[in-house]
Amino acid sequence: MPNMNPKKTPAPEQDPKVRAHNFLEVTQMYTPEQAQEEAQRCLNCKNAPCRKGCPVAVNIPAFIHALAEGDEDGAYEIIRETSALPAVCGRVCPQENQCEGKCVRGIKGEPVGIGRLERYVADRAMQKGLHTKKADIQKNGIKVAVIGSGPAGLTCAGDLAKRGYDVTIFEALHLAGGVLVYGIPEFRLPKALVREEIDSLASMGVKIERNMVVGRSIRVQELMEEEGFEAVFIGSGAGLPQFMKIEGTGLNEVFSANEFLTRFNLMGAYKFPEVDTPLRVGKNVAVVGGGNVAMDAARCAMRLGAEHVYIVYRRSLEELPARREEVHHAMEEGIEFKLLCNPTRIVGDENGNVVGMDVIDMELGEPDASGRRRPVPKEGSEHRMDVQTVIMAIGTSPNPLIKSTTDGLATQPWGGIIVDEETGATNLPGVYAGGDAVTGAATVILAMGAGKTAAAAMDKYLQEKHA
Amino acid sequence: MYRIVKKRVLNENTVWMDIEAPAVAKHAQPGQFIILRVSENGERIPLTIGGYDREAGTVTIIFQMIGATTMALGELNEGDSLVDFVGPLGRPSELEGYKRIAVVGGGLGVAIAYPQAKAAHESGIEVDLIVGFRNTGLMILMDEMKEACSNLIVMTDDGSNGHKGFVTAALEEQIKAGRNYDAVIAIGPMPMMKAACDVTRPYNIKTIVSMNPIMIDGTGMCGGCRVSVGGEMKFACVDGPDFDGHLVDFDEAIRRSKVYKDEETKKKEAHICNLTGEVRTHA
Repeated sequence: MPNMNPKKTPAPEQDPKVRAHNFLEVTQMYTPEQAQEEAQRCLNCKNAPCRKGCPVAVNIPAFIHALAEGDEDGAYEIIRETSALPAVCGRVCPQENQCEGKCVRGIKGEPVGIGRLERYVADRAMQKGLHTKKADIQKNGIKVAVIGSGPAGLTCAGDLAKRGYDVTIFEALHLAGGVLVYGIPEFRLPKALVREEIDSLASMGVKIERNMVVGRSIRVQELMEEEGFEAVFIGSGAGLPQFMKIEGTGLNEVFSANEFLTRFNLMGAYKFPEVDTPLRVGKNVAVVGGGNVAMDAARCAMRLGAEHVYIVYRRSLEELPARREEVHHAMEEGIEFKLLCNPTRIVGDENGNVVGMDVIDMELGEPDASGRRRPVPKEGSEHRMDVQTVIMAIGTSPNPLIKSTTDGLATQPWGGIIVDEETGATNLPGVYAGGDAVTGAATVILAMGAGKTAAAAMDKYLQEKHA
Repeated sequence: MYRIVKKRVLNENTVWMDIEAPAVAKHAQPGQFIILRVSENGERIPLTIGGYDREAGTVTIIFQMIGATTMALGELNEGDSLVDFVGPLGRPSELEGYKRIAVVGGGLGVAIAYPQAKAAHESGIEVDLIVGFRNTGLMILMDEMKEACSNLIVMTDDGSNGHKGFVTAALEEQIKAGRNYDAVIAIGPMPMMKAACDVTRPYNIKTIVSMNPIMIDGTGMCGGCRVSVGGEMKFACVDGPDFDGHLVDFDEAIRRSKVYKDEETKKKEAHICNLTGEVRTHA
């Protein structure tokens, strides 16, 4: 008999007042009892709508059923059949729009806590060392290159390695993981765990070459013509930060969210001077933007000791693109939301230090091309915010480096690589792409889905080539 | 790991190192830079490529020990390794079409001006190399520089070599004396590059500067290295590091380069403590 409690079994969380000043993970793992209780809520639907909501099609009812039967290890194996990064997905996927959004239990109550259960299964497996257990894979000796070690690249690499390919990932930074290490903060996704996930790929034979900027240290054509890679997957992400075209963007304490988060996460600047990379915030901080990146930046600024941290967003709460859970966590931690508000100028003193930001109130007008109501300025509502640091989290665009150094690669006018949606194939034979490099900034799981699609298509392409 | 295969101490605070980095050596071009980290908790710092040997797979860096990272780097010896060394980054210098240029290097810039002059000279351009030091005791690379240009002018702040004054004054003297330069390449601390641009502006001589702002990834990701050039925002790491100096907003660039001055001082003090074994804590 399933557990018919209409509510999810709550996951323990650190007290907001405490966690706003530390760097430890916000949400804690279920205890075995809690996991069992939540797993019992799954109705094990035959048509499994949850699975259709998952971009990598994890066999959700099967893993939850295994867990409910007390078979944690079996549950892990089921998730791993389709997902290379279970511990990551369990934490950062927008489950409310995906698997949990389709869950039948969600009609008359809360959906099954699929994300929390996935995380529980992955964390338990890691504690037991199951993730790095040597896999028995028949190698085919065909070399494949993956550019970028973010979610798209790791997934593509994992799937190809499982199929026997000799996979090498080329990563521009000194650490593998892409946005999982430079973007998403420790308190939401512990870096040790990302390392474990990557170690698990290594145990499948995936090699990682760090400090290799494809386009500079080596070009795509060289990989294929000189280094013997028969296919290439480009998962280089959307790393180029955008800034508002307003006065004061060049002032000293104006950051892109990328720079702010990279200092914080990749370089560990919150541990300065124990590490060499510094990062400083003023008394009051404004984060411009309303996505997950804005929430991350705001919560990092709070943890660095800011007194007031504001999210400045030009639309209303309803349109905030960030996950509900992230907005909720940010509010709990004391982040102040200035909604329907848009910066017009950043104000500096004679030394170029930020002393304020001029903003104007907005109201929502007619729907625009995106279908959302267009924000329009309210005349005469200009006022100045007392802030000393401004972080721009208004989006990123694909890095042009690979496009500009790969002869003939077709891209969109805004820089995204053009691919066949069914396969991830670019216009160049043997070259595939996926993730933010194709779509522009999106989510971890969508990038993983693209990596998975491309891996299957690359396998087909290479098998036909070698047939 | 990236092994130090050769180390030369050029003067009391300037060091030359050849680093084993075959991928970088294979693709490096004059004007590009690398980013390195000395140790696991270290900062990523950009340094201009001072030369490369494609066959040996080595890349030359020449640096002054002025910050925590360069001081730690300077303490390493042949056979030691760096944890990270990535490149070549940025766009190569564009020197095509010039017949005669002046390469001006002041202070820290001498070490970078030298390879630039050498590359131009080797491509058949007539190069006047104008460099400055505080005094004769700090002079470096004199033999190499003589080989890398048609005309070497060396200035000292104290006049100890008989030529007292700034490199910018020497540049102006050459221009006034009728040396027609197709372009001037100015490399060094930002105030010196700004001064060089002020010298060439009235003569309308194209002046290229090599910007060295604060930078983290060096691939266009962080935007920390943004520079205003002709009113447009450019990223030094992917759009530069070379820019038309007459269009660069140096005042903004100089301000932005000092953002972490206090923290840098702190780290440097901490570093000195490591050397003496003295333990200091920072509030």
